[in-house]
Amino acid sequence: MKFWGYHRSNGSIGIRNHVLVFPTVICASTVAQMISKEVPGTVCVNHPHGCGHLGEEKEHMIRAMAGFCGNPNVAGVLLVGLGCELLTPQLIAEELHKTGQRVETISIQAIGGTTDAVAKGKELVKKLLKETASVKRELIDVSELILGTHCGGSDTLSGLTANPALGVACDLLVSEGGTAMISETAEMLGAEHILAKRAANDEVRRRIWEITSLTEANVKLMGVDIRGTEPSPGNIEGGLTTLEEKSLGSIRKGGTSAVMQVVKYAEKPSQKGLVIMDGPAHDVVSDTGMIAAGAQVIVFTTGRGTPLGSPIAPVIKVSSNSIVYHRMKENIDINAGVILDSGESIQSVGEQIFKEIIDVASGKLTKAEIMGHHEFAIHPIGPTV
Amino acid sequence: MPQSAIVVDKKDNVATALRQLELGESVRVELEEHSIDVTLLQTIPFGHKFSLKDIELGEPIIKYGEVIGLATRKVMKGEHVHVHNVEGVRGRGDKQ
Repeated sequence: MKFWGYHRSNGSIGIRNHVLVFPTVICASTVAQMISKEVPGTVCVNHPHGCGHLGEEKEHMIRAMAGFCGNPNVAGVLLVGLGCELLTPQLIAEELHKTGQRVETISIQAIGGTTDAVAKGKELVKKLLKETASVKRELIDVSELILGTHCGGSDTLSGLTANPALGVACDLLVSEGGTAMISETAEMLGAEHILAKRAANDEVRRRIWEITSLTEANVKLMGVDIRGTEPSPGNIEGGLTTLEEKSLGSIRKGGTSAVMQVVKYAEKPSQKGLVIMDGPAHDVVSDTGMIAAGAQVIVFTTGRGTPLGSPIAPVIKVSSNSIVYHRMKENIDINAGVILDSGESIQSVGEQIFKEIIDVASGKLTKAEIMGHHEFAIHPIGPTV
Repeated sequence: MPQSAIVVDKKDNVATALRQLELGESVRVELEEHSIDVTLLQTIPFGHKFSLKDIELGEPIIKYGEVIGLATRKVMKGEHVHVHNVEGVRGRGDKQ
């Protein structure tokens, strides 16, 4: 099966053609926003990071930032820095050069202030826009797609409708040779034995148990009850009682394929098929991590409803019930609630989701793109020093 | 007529309400080989669970054919099953 995508000169396959303005440190955020606002056709993000990271967290931040900026949906990127930060544009650019990504950099201190940095930045992104405007879509095999999946604002129906339907779509993508990614490690607690049984080899099995036991150990180390956030107050109001119940519903969105690999947050998988990314259940942090790991498209299931999107990757929203679909129609693309109230099968809604993934990969805009949702967040894993 | 409640696996001892179910209402729940009639002892909100049989204190609550938590008190057939009478056992740093 084929879709219409962008074949980048470095060999990667994009489904969008964005020019991204990315501050490598919070101190450059406003300048980055000013540049992007004044040049239509560009996208931009905000984040509080870029300084004060030590050890493993520094590597984690570099991987997440470089991964996001190097996602194949980004045709070119302008990195904006201050000059005295830890994660300079030059440092992130070095990582990007290894992948062949088109990148420009500016530093506010070197240029001499806001006005000149904005002027120089505008000039550079206009150059990037000119270079990338003529790129044409080509027919590309579906096996090139990396699909990120997430369930957020879940209710009890998420595990009965939207997640198993997304599981069907993941199985279809995997059977076509593509890659599907599940994450939200906390939402594997109580269901990890099912994933471990499907591990492709002993190393993957060991890693599944390792990431879930580390996540549980971290919660226990804090001396707190995970029910403070898992399930969340909204989940509980929706009828989800325990983390185990949520997890068993959550993992259904990955389908039934063998688990081929476990990767770190924002780490690009080297295997195709179903892959687990170790990461938090936080909606925006999780999506950002999967996009940084190379996912060109996200399918997001929701019981309570969410407007979430990404500046560089289309996010297809699937509701678990018809009430939320009709209440938040402008935000939700597909209604899996029809499985319960119109007798549609999980299989047929799964096929509908798969078709939507192909259409969106070929250029169809998602509701989140139409509404202009650009959420972005990387999670800190250490203290900011 | 659409179903009132759904059971995922034949081992389950709870069902999920597919609309708000009223106190005293009698609901027929379809399992793989047979059906169970349950008279509801409470109002069950949409998406919430109720018990398909009497469950003793400490007994597992089963959904998807897997354990989702333990009963913190005796749960009668037809009772609302939620955070007031079920506790998860995973990620409980408060119990260290």
